[in-house]
Amino acid sequence: MTTNTADPHGAQAHARAMAGTRVEAMPVVPAAADDAPGPVVWEETVAAGGYASRRIARGARLRLIDLHGDACASMLLFNAENPLERLNVADTLKVQWNGYLGAGKLLLSDMGRVMMSILEDGARTHDAFCGASNEASNARSYGDGKNYGAHPNARDRFMLGVAKHGLGRKDVHPCINWFKGVKVEDDGSTTPRIGPFAPGRELLLRAEMELIVVIANCPHVLDQRSDFTVMPLRATAWRGDVTPEDDALRNATPEGLRAFLNTEDYYLR
Amino acid sequence: MNQSTHDLPGRIVHDEIVPALAPWLHRVLKGQTLRIVDLEGNQAVDFLIYAAGDDAERYSAQDTIAAQGNIFLREGAVLLSNEGRPMMTITGTSVAYHDTIGGACSCESNTLRYGYHTKAQHACVDNFLDANVRVGRGKRDMVSNINFFMNVPVEADGALGIVDGISAPGLTVDVRAEMDVDVVVSNCPQINNPCNGFDPTPVRMIVVEG
Repeated sequence: MTTNTADPHGAQAHARAMAGTRVEAMPVVPAAADDAPGPVVWEETVAAGGYASRRIARGARLRLIDLHGDACASMLLFNAENPLERLNVADTLKVQWNGYLGAGKLLLSDMGRVMMSILEDGARTHDAFCGASNEASNARSYGDGKNYGAHPNARDRFMLGVAKHGLGRKDVHPCINWFKGVKVEDDGSTTPRIGPFAPGRELLLRAEMELIVVIANCPHVLDQRSDFTVMPLRATAWRGDVTPEDDALRNATPEGLRAFLNTEDYYLR
Repeated sequence: MNQSTHDLPGRIVHDEIVPALAPWLHRVLKGQTLRIVDLEGNQAVDFLIYAAGDDAERYSAQDTIAAQGNIFLREGAVLLSNEGRPMMTITGTSVAYHDTIGGACSCESNTLRYGYHTKAQHACVDNFLDANVRVGRGKRDMVSNINFFMNVPVEADGALGIVDGISAPGLTVDVRAEMDVDVVVSNCPQINNPCNGFDPTPVRMIVVEG
């Protein structure tokens, strides 16, 4: 292609000629996916080392796919109407009397409400203990951890993701890492389960509130591989019904039921 | 109370009893050591740390767990910030380990854990807010915390819970500041689980230097 970018018209033609380029990590706009069972509202493949943030509606389903078996989807959640309410990892574990996340578990806010439900889990290796990498940990592992470099860290990815919703450093709260697991041994020690795993493992979540979802896709902080190793992550969301009163997951435990009741109470208006 | 002060690693610069149920905020300077005395035994001390120079840098349970490869805080544990920097170090403790995964009780989470009749009871998050709001911090500053003298095991199947404590009257923990920090404490008012032996009691805070 001949390029003439010496004047605005040439530069314009040059720029416009790029449109339609396809790469693996990119959004589909307007959102569409031929394997989603409902009206798609978000379709994006998050780059290795990349991040995404998105508002999704109460009732929406969010499917995450570890496309190549080596994604690490670190996640923050905020109440979109009042982001001062956010995921509370400690409460999520403590209230459900268990340290491991999987199908049937709930993600709870710091206001005693259910923010998301885990409908299906084809991965079974997740981590609520070890959190996000930071610039210092990536610098130790890979030589640097800057957002502008080749080894961005999850915490600073979160910082950019939350900033686009008006939030700041103080709002980067403890996170959940999907697809990379950590097991706690009897003496309290943590055993990482980093993989790589089989490609295509899926996780299906249901939004129980109006949410801002922030995802960073960077190597797990306990990943011992010397190279910055992470693969793209696919996120697909589609519209869905708000959880009905007879939902089995809603009624599975007394603590979880009260979390649903608190969320339902919040939306009485 | 001599049994909890005879081996202090320095000269006392601050000595205070925090009443049962109460919040406490104190600046601990780099090099100073804070000794917390569990005066009557099994009293959870919920503990937040902020960098004095930039309170967007604060204690991170997840960073601390990841770096030390263990969920329990024992003697020698380095308490890391969300930027991965050492904020304080547990230089000594007469209790085997302390918790940092159990979080802080709140009025709201109490409704999930115990029922709506507990909504009006005092809770650690309200203590943290009470102390923080007075100095310009707010709800977004409610992050992960330490629970000194609290016992939260994780079993093989993931079962996790606040169980009977392993502390006793007069047992202590010493934490040395590795930078100037603001420490915010909730002397836990929880009465619905064994974290305070179902009976919240005072704790003693001694800061030493030199």
